Amino acid sequence: MMRFTTLIKNPADWMTGEGADNAIVLTSRIRLARNLRGESFPGWAKKEERRHALEVMRPAVEGLSVMKDAFSQELDDLTSVQKQVLVERHLISREHAARGEGSAAVIERRQSIALMLNEEDHLRMQAIRPGMSLRGAFESLSAIDDELENALELAFDHELGYLTTCPTNLGTGLRASAMLHLPALVLSDQIGQVLQAVNKIGLAVRGLYGEGTESLGNLFQISNQSTLGESEETILRRLERVISQVATHERNARDKLLEDDPAMVSDKIGRAYGVLRHAWIIDSKEALTHLSLLRLGGDLGFLPQDTVKTCDALLMDIQPAHLQLHSGRKMTPEERDSIRAEIVRGRLQSLEAPDIRSTRKKDESDPDPEIL
Amino acid sequence: MDCDICGKHAKVHLTQLVGGQIKKITLCDDCAKEKGVTDPTGFALAEMLLGKTPGKVVPAAPAVAGSGRKCPTCGFTLEDLRRIRRFGCADCYNTFRDDVNQMLRGMHKGPKHCGKVPAGMMELHERTQRLEELRGKLDQAITSENYEEAAGLRDEIRQIEIRAAAAKQTTDDSLP
Ligand SMILES: [Zn+2]
Ligand SMILES: [Zn+2]
Repeated sequence: MMRFTTLIKNPADWMTGEGADNAIVLTSRIRLARNLRGESFPGWAKKEERRHALEVMRPAVEGLSVMKDAFSQELDDLTSVQKQVLVERHLISREHAARGEGSAAVIERRQSIALMLNEEDHLRMQAIRPGMSLRGAFESLSAIDDELENALELAFDHELGYLTTCPTNLGTGLRASAMLHLPALVLSDQIGQVLQAVNKIGLAVRGLYGEGTESLGNLFQISNQSTLGESEETILRRLERVISQVATHERNARDKLLEDDPAMVSDKIGRAYGVLRHAWIIDSKEALTHLSLLRLGGDLGFLPQDTVKTCDALLMDIQPAHLQLHSGRKMTPEERDSIRAEIVRGRLQSLEAPDIRSTRKKDESDPDPEIL
Repeated sequence: MDCDICGKHAKVHLTQLVGGQIKKITLCDDCAKEKGVTDPTGFALAEMLLGKTPGKVVPAAPAVAGSGRKCPTCGFTLEDLRRIRRFGCADCYNTFRDDVNQMLRGMHKGPKHCGKVPAGMMELHERTQRLEELRGKLDQAITSENYEEAAGLRDEIRQIEIRAAAAKQTTDDSLP
């Protein structure tokens, strides 16, 4: 079995975004909730019942073909920083990290598949992929689900589908979500409208905002809310359609900003570059705001295309537990702010100043991925 | 602005849409950190904001006179459901089926599962679905006094049930 340090040494496959068009859709994530028949749900179970459920599940999960040489650990055996790193990488949930005896995580080597044992449900299985790839993620997870079904007695009802601890997850037990980077919709003040529209179709949208209307990182997650009464296929199809529409809106907003106000865009990206290259103390909010703009600069051709990837890796690595893991010790927030600045400066060292004279360096013959 | 949790000076403003309405949460730095709101990619944020009930809050369990019913498998009661808004085990769904159906109204797109079925349960699932469909038709036929059709439907239902019983017998016999 893999050790924690080995697991975490490399960035997750879905973070490097290799081969995916992730300028707007950063990641796709699928989660399936499953439970054992005849065993109390983890939150209601007594300690020995939780242990028993774990003993039943763990060999089945570790025996999955994708879990060959995987990381498998009881959460009680990890330090709080280690658990926090797993949370920051989305490999376990915050709730899972907080759970007591009998909870475990089994994570595939490349960190694309992660299974939580004894979270809110007995089993929470997750697949993450870079870019827009909900279907691919679902298919790989569903195959794992099929494999587990042979080894475990899962709780299933002919009317209610897969039985979950919380009735909001009944039916398919499927939560599909995509993380979108929408800076141009925010800059052009259209974001509220777009998100309202998405919400009206019955999808959940969440964003993280800073002071006032200024949003933080310009990152938004869109996911399904309903899990019962329609098939996985229907859920995924609607989500895919909406996400692609939002991405098109963002693409159009980017084009329009460049056309209407290139000076403003250049100024924002130039300032972000300046701060990130030269700051010695930076808190996570400020870092996020500027990384979002630098990322936009990379996509618009002000900066080399691989700037997008650099920014994505930094989004992960500047989080508190990652910083502490990096430096090998506990740090005060002030210490973190200076280490954070140091890491950002280091990663951007060879990044040349944005080319703000040309509005768009991208080859005109580049096919627009949204049209394809 | 003050923190919604501890009342200290707040710096973090979260916004999310629930049921078409924008909801704001204001937090101080400490509470934001504690709740994982600094997570830039938002997954943990989502979980924090929504508890484990993305998008919708579970309505309180209906008050039932003469409750005190208990799940035979795990000992869960309706009072427990009202308190923790989660069930105790999979069998609770059978024990409290009527209350569940009431809870589900408006929570999901529909009241019945139409997604994936475990491969081993496919046959049983299809039979259950078919029987339900036939029983619905039978009720209709009786209401509209179409007795000839009703008789036909009744026969079909009986045959399926006989076949199911036989199949069950075989599996039971083959058990160790
Ligand atoms: Zn507070
Ligand atoms: Zn129960």
